Formats: sequence, structure tokens, C-alpha cells
Amino acid sequence: MRQRSTVGGAYLLTLLLAPALAWAADAHDHGLDWPSLMDFLRVLTLQDYNTRVVIIGTSLLGLAAGLIGTFLLLRKRALLSDTLSHATLPGIALTFIIVSALGGDGKNLLFLIGGAALFALLGTGSVILIQRFSRLKDDAALGIVLSVYFGLGIALLGLATRMNTGNAAGLSAFIYGKTASMLLFDALLIAWTALAAAICSLLFYKEFTLISFDASYAAGQGWPVVRLDFVMMTLAVVVTVVGLQAVGLILVVALLIIPPAAARFWTYRLRPMLLLSALFGALSCYLGATMSALMAKLPAGAVIVLTAGAIFVISLLFGSARGLLRILLERRAMARKIGRENLLRSFFELTEADLAGAAIRLDDLLKQRAWSPGQLDRLVSLADREGLLNRAADGTLRLTERGIQTATRVVRNHRLWEAYLITHADIATSQVDWGADEIEHILDGEIVRELERLLPEADQPAMPASPHALTPAAEME
Amino acid sequence: MATPQPQRDALVQDTPLWIHDLTVAYHRKPVLWDVNLSLPEGQLVAVVGPNGAGKSTLIKAVQGLVPRASGAISVFGKPYEEQRHLVGYVPQRESVDWDFPVNALDVVTMGLYRQIGWCRPVNRRHKAQAMAALEKVGMTPYAHRQISHLSGGQQQRVFLARALVQDAQLYLMDEPFVGVDVATERAIVALLKDLKAAGKTCIVVHHDLQTVPTYFDHVVLLNMRVVEAGPTDAVFTEENLRKTYGGKLTLLSDALFEYSKNPQLPRGRKGGQP
Repeated sequence: MRQRSTVGGAYLLTLLLAPALAWAADAHDHGLDWPSLMDFLRVLTLQDYNTRVVIIGTSLLGLAAGLIGTFLLLRKRALLSDTLSHATLPGIALTFIIVSALGGDGKNLLFLIGGAALFALLGTGSVILIQRFSRLKDDAALGIVLSVYFGLGIALLGLATRMNTGNAAGLSAFIYGKTASMLLFDALLIAWTALAAAICSLLFYKEFTLISFDASYAAGQGWPVVRLDFVMMTLAVVVTVVGLQAVGLILVVALLIIPPAAARFWTYRLRPMLLLSALFGALSCYLGATMSALMAKLPAGAVIVLTAGAIFVISLLFGSARGLLRILLERRAMARKIGRENLLRSFFELTEADLAGAAIRLDDLLKQRAWSPGQLDRLVSLADREGLLNRAADGTLRLTERGIQTATRVVRNHRLWEAYLITHADIATSQVDWGADEIEHILDGEIVRELERLLPEADQPAMPASPHALTPAAEME
Repeated sequence: MATPQPQRDALVQDTPLWIHDLTVAYHRKPVLWDVNLSLPEGQLVAVVGPNGAGKSTLIKAVQGLVPRASGAISVFGKPYEEQRHLVGYVPQRESVDWDFPVNALDVVTMGLYRQIGWCRPVNRRHKAQAMAALEKVGMTPYAHRQISHLSGGQQQRVFLARALVQDAQLYLMDEPFVGVDVATERAIVALLKDLKAAGKTCIVVHHDLQTVPTYFDHVVLLNMRVVEAGPTDAVFTEENLRKTYGGKLTLLSDALFEYSKNPQLPRGRKGGQP
């Protein structure tokens, strides 16, 4: 997961730079025309037919990318999609040059998409060839192919703008994305293709899951893993090339990576992950396309990626499955549990002869473990509030009924583990306390039952006697 | 190295696994050399040998997961490709990413995917089958637990259940006992006994020499080539182990155990010279 977060983090950086890049592209006119409230409402509520198709088409694209991206991420191919999106640029430029030279409309989307798809496949093929016939690691192969194809694309684009025939001005939309310049036909094409790709990826749900989890088992079972991988990559290519116009080729990869990476923070199951990823993708695209439709100068790609990035950051922080906040809370709860159990065990060991009656003072407990007076005081206050012990006005401490129960369970786990270490792991009696001290907090029911089975002499509910002296002073003698 | 067809047919028996003249090489370095094996039905077979002896490669080569340089393999008298449904595979636990977002039950149903077929969803009957397989390995309480939250031993039992749910005739298990807890080891041994009682054949790559005689009926001693193969009583001898592991070692001594973990073979030995 850390690696996935790193990938996401890298893209966060990219997307911070993206708007600057995109505006630089349109450097001749910096002014943004803020829309009127009426325009705003009209676009948001999808009243205008053209805008409606563009926004729905782009949202479907985000949905499809979220689904396919989930499988790519799980198959650990996320960065391959970055390489193939950059590899489309020479395809676009070359198609424009050839079609224009032949006297056709160089900016016909069908031709451009065809050229882009061809080069995306060529790029993927180049990566596979390098991987197979050299000992280069994957990241190097991806980096080489990405930069060489992109370089070629930039060079060809330079040629295209110098051509006499055709007008290459709009081609930069493919680099940065621009929904505003989209024709109705383009939007319809995107919508239907994205829908088809989404349905396709769901049809192969079972097969993609299997090869992502355990490709060699799948191969042993007779699944055509190479062909399934090819289908998965083809779907990624399809989403990438139809997304080029809306998001731009630099940023389209973000649609394949960020939504699933964000979804992973909310769930441990694949179905909800797919659902969330599709939702995040669609939402990002919806907002991006809307903004771009409202403000002609604002590149859709940048807004889409920024939205996705915001969703990612929120998920990273607040994700219900593995968000940072949840991890911190769990860690705090664990630390509290360990503190509480250590306190109760020390209490128990001091007053084992007369648990209910004995009253002790903080000073007695202080000698039991290496805790500072402040630390101990906090632990005692906490346990007092939790109803595990009572602190009287004169400072004497007494375990409550619940405190005695909990303490008995903790000490029993501790001693069972000690007995196990002595009888089964041949560890010296003087050493077992340390080992058990760590593990007593995390012994679950199954292990405790296993210990009881292994140690019939420590039969429930009896409490085994401690195998070693209980006060630090006695141990030193 | 191709064997003439008539001779091959004459040699093929209906044994669960028959291997003739198998050679496997990675980057032109041979890993398995001229392996010939014919394993008996309904037995528990241990594949034993030092690290790098090609034990896992043997299991993978049977399923065509690594390219064979030469050789013929048949499962119950027919090529593996026609008999996949009869073979259950338990890969090494480390071979997958356990952080994958599925639960134990999902992994076990993967054993049924071939049976379910292309693009069709898993239904309730399949889930019941998977639950039954999980029960056989004592994992019922953990069926809905995310796999990254399982212990190593529990993960291993999930893999076993995935092979069991196929109801195969021949099981190939790659180091199922590595890094598992006592409970899992006991569960696996009980399972192997059940499988044997049901007439199934299990081929198990095994690293712990001490338990070979108690767990297994049949042993294949492997070090690039088959050093010896046969019933455990006859084959699992100090002499044969020395031939397999090379070096002056006492049977079942600690040194041998350590050696099997990290073998440093004398030069020339590893190439399996005659």
C-alpha cells in the first residue's frame, strides 16, 4: 500500500503543476471569464443539449477509467498506462500530418484516435520487448519508452504546426485536454466507447480478479493469462485514447490511478473498491467537464485531476479502512489497551492474595514497572474513569469487580504464555516474563484455546502460579 | 531429446504422474536434468532436496508454468493440458500479494472459476462448496476475513482449501509446511491423511527431513536430477540423503537440517555428473 500511496503522491505533485502548464499553453490570453450565475446553473443542471452530452460522456469516461484502473492497479500495471498515454502523442501528430497531406481533415477525431491507439499498442509492445530481451527492470523500461515516444511526438507536433496544409492549432487540446472544444460527435463517441469499456471490464470481473491475484495459479488452471492481460491493456488503451481529448495525454493516467488508489483507503473488498473507484472517477470528470464548459480557458484535464487529487487526499486522511486517521486512532487505542493491561497486571500481582480487599497506593505500583509517576498517574486516572478501579480521596486504589475480571484474564494469558514458553519452547524461567509481556496484549481467543489445549495442567478457570518472582526487587536478589 | 512416439506410448502408464526425460533450463542454465518419474496412485509423496534442487520447478513444469527444454509429462495417462481438472495446485504462500482486497472465501472460490466458466458470476452453490472446503481446513470462522488479516498458517490453509474445492485426484503442493504454526501443521497432516483415505495422490515439496518418514509413504530425492525415488522405508536412507545433499552428514543431525536450508555444494556435484 505504501507503494501505491507513493504513486498517488507523485501524481499529486504532477497535478499541482498541471494548471500552470496548461495556462502556459494558452499564454497569449491569461484572462479567465467568470460565468454568470445563470450560466452556472444552466451548465450544472445539464440544460443545454451539447453541454449535457459532453458532461455525461466525460463522466462515463471517468467511470470506465475507475473500473479498469482498479484492475490495472491490482495487477501492478498502473504505470504502464502512463507510458501508453504518452506514447499516443506521435500517433496523433503523425496521423494529423498524413491525413492533412492527403488533403483530408487532419483533426477528424476517428483518425486521430486510431493513430493514438496504434501508437499506444506500439509503446506497450516496446515495453514488453525490452522486458523480455534485456535484464532491465520494469521501471527503466517504462521510463525509456515513455520519454522516447513522447519526444518523438513533440518533434512530430513541431513539424505539424509548420505544415502549410491543415491547421494544427487545436492539437494541443490532446496534450492538456479541453472539453470546451469538443464537438457533439466527439462527446457521443466518448460516451458510448466508455460505456462499452466499462461493461467489458465488469464482464471479465472474475477473470481479471484471478490473474491480478495469482497469475501463475490461473495459468495452471488453463486460463489464457497472456490474452486476458492483453484484453485488460486494450481496455486501458481504449479509455486512454478516448480520454485524450477530454483530459489530455499527460493527465489521463491520473484517471486510471487516482480513483482506485483513493478507493483502497475505504474498503478491504474488491466490489466496493470498484464501485467507489468508478464513483470517484465519474465525479472528478463531472466536475472537471462542468468547470471547463463554464470557463473556456480552464483546461478540463487539470480540473479533473485536481478533483481526483482532492478525493485522494481526503481518502488518505479519512478512509474508513486504512486512512491515516483510522490508523492513528487504532494505534492510540492499542497503546491505551497495553497501558491499561500493564497497570491491571501489576495491580493483580501486588494484591493476588486478596484481590477484592487489598488497597494499594501509587508508590507501590510505581516500583512494579519502568513507568514515570506522571505516566502511571494518567493510566490510573484513565482506569478510574473506565470503572476498572476506584481511587479513594486518601489516594488508596482498589480494583472494581470489572477490574478484577479484566486483570484476571490478562494475567492468565500472560501466565499461559509463560508456561508455554517454558514447557514447549525450552526457554529459561527467568526469561519468559519478557516474551509474555509483549504478547499478552494480542493473544486472541483461538491462541488462548490452543494454549489451554497444549497445557492441560493450567486448566480453566484455574490461574497458573507465576513461574518467577513478581517484584523487581525480588528478582534482583 | 524428443522421444520417439511409439516408445513414449509404450511407457505411458495410467499413474497419476508420469514424467519422462524432463529437462528445464532458465537462461540456458539447467535447473532440472533428465528427470524420469512414475508416481504411484493414492500415496503421499514427498519431494525432498536442497535449495535450488529444482523442487518447485518440477511442480511448475508439470503444469506447463515454466517452459520445458525437453521431456514428456502425463497425468493419469494423458497430457496435463487435457487433465487440468484432475490436478489441484497449492503454490508457495509467498507467491502472491496478500494485501489483495479479497476475503478467504473469495480466494477459495477461485478454485471453482474454471468450473464456473467464462464471464459467469459466482453463485450461492459455489459459495457453499467453498465454505465446505474451508471447513475441512478448520477455517470456517475466518471465511469472511480479509486475507491480509490472516496469519501465515491461516493463509496457507486458505490456499489448501482453494485446491480442495476443485475435488481433484492429484494434488501438487509447494512447501505447504513452511512458516506455519503448530495448529496449521496438524491441520495439513490430518488433511493429507484424509486425502489419502479418499484415494487421492498428493505430491508435496517438503523441507523438513525429520518429518518425512512420519508424514509420507513415498519419497523423491531431487537434486537437479532424481537421485532416488521409491517407498520411504527403502529410499529414505542416510546413504541416499548424502548423495542428494552431497557432503559428510549424519542422518537427521542438526547440521543436515541447517545444510538443507542453505546448501553449499562442492563444485561439479551440482551439475549432476554421472
